Amino acid sequence: MPAIIDISDLSKTYATGYQALTGVDLQIREGEIFALLGPNGAGKTTLISILCGIVRPTAGVVRVGGHDILRDYRAARALIGLVPQELTTDAFESVWATVCFSRGLFGKPPNPAYLEEILRQLSLWDKRHSKIMTLSGGMKRRLLIAKALSHEPRVLFLDEPTAGVDVGLRRDMWALVRRLQMDGVTIILTTHYIEEAEEMADRVGVINKGEIVLVEDKAALMRKLGKKQLTLQLQAPLAELPPGLMRRGVELAKGGEEIIYTYDASAAEGEHAGIVSLLEDLDMAGVAFKDLHTTQSSLEDIFVDLLKGGR
Amino acid sequence: MNLYAIRAIYRFEMARTRRTLVQSIVSPVISTSLYFVVFGAAIGSRIPHIEGVGYGSFIVPGLVMLSLLTQSLSNASFGIYFPRFTGTIYELLSAPVSYVEIVISYVGAAATKSLILGVIILITAALFVPLRVEHPLWMLLFLVLTAITFSLLGFIIGIWADSFEKLQLVPLLIVTPLTFLGGSFYTIDMLPPVWQTVSLFNPVVYLISGFRWSFYGLADVPVGISLAMTGLFLVACMTTVAWIFRTGYRLKA
Repeated sequence: MPAIIDISDLSKTYATGYQALTGVDLQIREGEIFALLGPNGAGKTTLISILCGIVRPTAGVVRVGGHDILRDYRAARALIGLVPQELTTDAFESVWATVCFSRGLFGKPPNPAYLEEILRQLSLWDKRHSKIMTLSGGMKRRLLIAKALSHEPRVLFLDEPTAGVDVGLRRDMWALVRRLQMDGVTIILTTHYIEEAEEMADRVGVINKGEIVLVEDKAALMRKLGKKQLTLQLQAPLAELPPGLMRRGVELAKGGEEIIYTYDASAAEGEHAGIVSLLEDLDMAGVAFKDLHTTQSSLEDIFVDLLKGGR
Repeated sequence: MNLYAIRAIYRFEMARTRRTLVQSIVSPVISTSLYFVVFGAAIGSRIPHIEGVGYGSFIVPGLVMLSLLTQSLSNASFGIYFPRFTGTIYELLSAPVSYVEIVISYVGAAATKSLILGVIILITAALFVPLRVEHPLWMLLFLVLTAITFSLLGFIIGIWADSFEKLQLVPLLIVTPLTFLGGSFYTIDMLPPVWQTVSLFNPVVYLISGFRWSFYGLADVPVGISLAMTGLFLVACMTTVAWIFRTGYRLKA
């Protein structure tokens, strides 16, 4: 897939001297959902703000849809919709007026039918005549999405879209994001909720202290860095591991009531042999178990490991 | 040119004007009427005519200018300061609009509103005192130029201010005194010679003088100089705005 966003050697140093981004290289593919993960203050919002034209880069080149964001800002920005992190809305305007405003601002001729469709999708149609100040927090969040979509962007930035959003609305938003992806919209979301990235993203980028630490296909990342654990609950506790079971990754736990076998998920396919031979050896050693289960580390564990490594 | 954007911002700002129409019209109309009652009827009747013009009529151009200046400043400064304050400015900054388009739409809307008010005040004045306009086209020109220039200045203040207090500061501390000392209520040659010279450094003197000339043919300074000074002030404001957008001053980090 071609890159719709191409960032090379992007740096940002604020007037205070604070270096928010250092030599960021990143390509976002057209039509993908890309999750940008990172702790607070890692540079996620700075990166998005530069791409959208709100913050000026100190160095580097950014192209959106092939258009340089500085030289050819009109063409670049027309492709982009931004849903900011904060609930920044007007107060006295109506829902309808504000989405019409957003569409016009981005240089699109009026299209009431399209705006109606968006408001309906976001369950805001009934509220179209309401003043924004009378909306609930969740509605305002949806309104910001409606505004960002009002000019039919090809790239949608969602900066912490589900911060402080209840579970129901979060599910709705995820469903909306998938629908948009099916329509060919590229979506970049920043989050520090790992579950969100895990649920939604095709690819994951991790940013820490202004640098991109890693960019990886989500599934590959989970395979590569994920650990799997096999836990066997024994019928009778063991004082120590029988010599026949001693091998890398095997240990006794819970005072001898459990045997835990940790192995790389990436090796899992070929290494069923490892589990099989472990089970055979258990049998040989006469150790019986009453139950077993496996767990796989989540993106969150991977993320925490990664940031620890970076420190 | 992103004409849709200009239209969107202009409409947005004019909608704000419509929402606050009553207070934005009623208060200047009342305060202007009070001036006419006090200076026109009560005191004005005891003040001799100035170069053949009754005092009540004499102060009309100055009062219209006073409202025009303060309204242009407050409309334009509030129009751009409020989105900065609430954070909704992100949308403007991320939109495919040039700074020229931003300025045209914000300043255009602010100037439109103050022009409407200026005309309303003129009509109000006509109810109290006899008015004549000798050079209607010049009057219109000064009205429009002043509205645009001070809306630009207001725009600059709205970007410079980082609190509501600062937003009030410049109009209150600088513009109101300059207007009162700019010959709204007197001709410059009524002042002692030293103060006549000082007055020539007050840009508002040129605005009011030119504007009054378009009514009665009376001027403190030649009308050409008035026009040139107004143009100069307009260019100064435009240059400042251009600098603001080029450097991102208080708009972009």
